[in-house]
Amino acid sequence: MRPAAALSTPEIMIGTIAPMLAGLRHVAVGASSPIPGSAALLARALSGGRLRVSLLGSEQHNPFTDGGRELFDCAAQGRVDAFFLSGGQIDGAGNINLVSLGDYKSPKVRFPGNFGSSYLYHLIPRVILFREEHSPRTLVSKVDFVSAAGSSPEGEFRPGGPHALVTGLCAFAYDRRRGAFQLASVHPGVSPADVRAATGFDYSTPTDVPVTAALPADELALLRTRVAAEIAETYPAFAKAQWGV
Amino acid sequence: MMPDAAPLTVTDIAARIADGASIALPPDYSGCAMTVVAALIRRHARNLQLIGVPSLGLQADWLVGAGCVAILESAALTLGEPGMPPRAIAAVKAGDIEMRDATCPAIHAGLQAAEKGIPFMPLRGILGSDLLKVRPDWQVIDNPLSTMRDPIVIIPAIRPDVALFHARHADRNGNVWIGVRRELMLMAHAARETYVTVEDIVDTDFLRDEDRAGSTIPALYISGIAKAARGGDPVGLAGAYPADHTVLADYVRAAQTQAGFDDWMAARVLETVPA
Repeated sequence: MRPAAALSTPEIMIGTIAPMLAGLRHVAVGASSPIPGSAALLARALSGGRLRVSLLGSEQHNPFTDGGRELFDCAAQGRVDAFFLSGGQIDGAGNINLVSLGDYKSPKVRFPGNFGSSYLYHLIPRVILFREEHSPRTLVSKVDFVSAAGSSPEGEFRPGGPHALVTGLCAFAYDRRRGAFQLASVHPGVSPADVRAATGFDYSTPTDVPVTAALPADELALLRTRVAAEIAETYPAFAKAQWGV
Repeated sequence: MMPDAAPLTVTDIAARIADGASIALPPDYSGCAMTVVAALIRRHARNLQLIGVPSLGLQADWLVGAGCVAILESAALTLGEPGMPPRAIAAVKAGDIEMRDATCPAIHAGLQAAEKGIPFMPLRGILGSDLLKVRPDWQVIDNPLSTMRDPIVIIPAIRPDVALFHARHADRNGNVWIGVRRELMLMAHAARETYVTVEDIVDTDFLRDEDRAGSTIPALYISGIAKAARGGDPVGLAGAYPADHTVLADYVRAAQTQAGFDDWMAARVLETVPA
């Protein structure tokens, strides 16, 4: 195990996401989401059992009994408080691209696909975007393909949408009224200027930007033991690389 | 399937799935009939249309790599932690096959419409996504029951020719127990024909056992069953045995090129004895 002082970037991201889930009732985690999955299981461990976590692909941490559709039906009814999405590209308006780079018909790069994003982004109140690679190629001014739109025209049914974007360098808050991001905190050792240089979209920066709060030692220990063992069921390679379990 | 109908073999099932058929397939974690996929490759199936319920992984990669596929419809192409399915991704990039991008609930909704025998299902979300540009068959209507403007997407019914999957048990009457994997029930309800491989055939009647009946697909929906022990290898079978991550990682490395795929499949899949 690493010394407590040396947090990995995924651990910093987990520690950034977990407090955003405090007080919620039901958090769902989709495909290819080991960092949010770990954050959700950590938040659950800290909630004294009040937070329900539905982890796609898990047999042990999955309450659904009505097939693949149940999560989506649940979300449309407002029964899911938070969810997580990523993207090959994320733009400054909160649009995400999980499909391709370049022309759709003859793409330069092909990503896995939309999964449930095109739907869940509209319906789950607190969608937290995550992308460890923070660079001008991932955080762009305009996505090549809109898998799911960050905001909707006035008058369209849209209870859900982006809440924050957590990267390997920082956390942004999403301002739904303006449809844009604001820098919320920078991870230890990162300056607001570093973030500006690595970001391909425009965003606002407050006068004082705090450093992302570190996980308290007891929570970090919980992450590296109980949560590591729980997430290993669904993400064995991630758990092994992070925590050797 | 009538009671006492003889079980099929894996090769029989592959023979009954016609070239050009649309086939609903579960994701890698939900019970994949890998032995039938291999048999389809052995019989040189062509122009298949694969529908991921809601995503596609190793089954699609094997069939695309072997030249059996014309169209993929899926919310995602993924092998989970081992990464992206290399042959399917390469074929989509090259334009060798048609990719119909979707989103998970739209596939479920399309199958639900077919299950109900109705032409479409309305679905929230999706508005503002470029999916509406690349899926002209998905339309936006104004909610006719609302007094205010309320645009909503409608998804046409998805009626697959075939649903194909692997499950733990069938009983002597041809009922198939699927446990909690109820997307398999949806697939069977929606498809014209359903073929299933099972770990074993048990001398009982699941419909007479209340603990089993609710998670059993009645034989009414099943066109044929073949026994295939370890039929989910290497993606595993939930509740029975896990995915073999060593084999999957080895496959992903090999299948980065067509030649590597051909060699790996010949050595690891096609030269093994068919059931």
